[in-house]
Amino acid sequence: MVEKKAGGRCPWTMGREKRRTPSAEEGQGQGEGAHGTVVRKIHVPLSKEDALSLRVGEMVLLSGQMVTGRDRVHRLLVRERPGKEEIPFVLEGGVLYHCGPLIVKEGDAYRLIAAGPTTSMRVEMYEAEVIRQYGIRGIVGKGGMGEKTRAALQEAGAVYFNAISGAAVYLADRIRKVVDGWRVEEFGAPEAMWLLEVEDFPAVVTMDAHGNSLHRTIEDLSRENLRKLIRE
Amino acid sequence: MLKLRDGIVELYRKVATSIPTDVEEALKRAQAEEAEPLARESLDIILKNISLARTTSRPLCQDTGFPVFFVKVPRGLSHQLIKDVIRDATRLATQKVPLRPNAVNSVTEKNTGDNVGELFPLIYTEEIPEQTLTVDLMLKGGGSENIGQLYKLPAVLESGEGEGVPAERDFEGVRKCVLDAVFKAQGRGCPPYTIGIAIGGAKDQVTALSKRQLMRRLNDVHPDAALSAFETGILREVNALGIGSLGFGGRATALGVKIAAAERHPASYFVDVSFACWANRRGRLVW
Repeated sequence: MVEKKAGGRCPWTMGREKRRTPSAEEGQGQGEGAHGTVVRKIHVPLSKEDALSLRVGEMVLLSGQMVTGRDRVHRLLVRERPGKEEIPFVLEGGVLYHCGPLIVKEGDAYRLIAAGPTTSMRVEMYEAEVIRQYGIRGIVGKGGMGEKTRAALQEAGAVYFNAISGAAVYLADRIRKVVDGWRVEEFGAPEAMWLLEVEDFPAVVTMDAHGNSLHRTIEDLSRENLRKLIRE
Repeated sequence: MLKLRDGIVELYRKVATSIPTDVEEALKRAQAEEAEPLARESLDIILKNISLARTTSRPLCQDTGFPVFFVKVPRGLSHQLIKDVIRDATRLATQKVPLRPNAVNSVTEKNTGDNVGELFPLIYTEEIPEQTLTVDLMLKGGGSENIGQLYKLPAVLESGEGEGVPAERDFEGVRKCVLDAVFKAQGRGCPPYTIGIAIGGAKDQVTALSKRQLMRRLNDVHPDAALSAFETGILREVNALGIGSLGFGGRATALGVKIAAAERHPASYFVDVSFACWANRRGRLVW
């Protein structure tokens, strides 16, 4: 459990470099960020064991497949509850990326131009149910999510990754392929569900499967700081 | 007018694929001064993204924003004509840059597909005596637009929990509103933010005015000494909240704060706070 502490260095980064020594049974590699931060390589879709091994504050590089979904996809999944046979992609154990890409069709293929994360909080009212109903193991987005999702992640053994907000070109270059799209005509390109193949896609674990949330920690910390600033 | 149209298409390209030098410099400084490892890593990737977008001429964010134009029109030139040219240029830029189609019909939920629709793009025009046409464009990201706040003073602010904090009709009250807005925003609108503030007596007056402040250069100095001091002081306080780049903690919550004060009605005291994400995309075409 991450401790709350006002002012100074944030508690969740303290000693992290030491804690992340490589472990043979993890089966996932490690690398280094630009400033010596330890970065863990993770394959997606990820197993429950992988999800449980991740901790808030860890930087990861995701490789494998993930699907996109934003406002309309979430509304669809919760309101109309399409069955597994209706959705062309496997969501069970999958990673759902909150992203409305800038994508163009060239002949029969799609070319991705920019694909950063969108604000996750907008789908807070749907996400817990999506995680439960469709067995989602990982969410990628930005800005974090609320208590309902935090509880659902803990219950399901799933994690939330905060991608680098706005770094849409850098991230698009880590998406190797747009495999296919679903509801592209009906929802429009930004709102459709896309299956993407990613390689070394950087993100930070900000909500883990153990109930920890970096967003909550930062909110608590900034609330303390706010109180000091406006009550003095 | 065809040349003007093509000029605006190029303006779209420039604004979507690069960020102003002052913003990039401020991000570099923020990164150099940041002690939090994750915030520093995030700023590192942000800076790489900026240079990658520029060199490959791709929009630096997939959200190419809500286009907002501030146009200074010479006397005698039709404002309607300018608006028509801008709408044509927008359709063309959507294909050529390309821009993400962001105009959604609020009744049918259909995306118009070309970034043109009812009051979309948003175009403000004003007449000037000079003979030069000046077209300022802001591509306003949706995430940062959503975290803006409007306050009506006096008010009791709920932030910080417990009993509320009174915000009176003075600079101290304005200061509390701004800190409250940033606290509520947390990392959801892609910090480090540029923050625009307006004080005034009509709702539409302050919301437009606070957004317009985001067009100012980060290193400009407000001509009013009191407001200039307010900008510097509140920036320091915002950066003491500990939200940091992308909400990962640290110092870099905002790059700059810009404020404007309009005359108000004796009964009304509105404070509006607008946010730009780190990718504060703005540019100018002089014709």
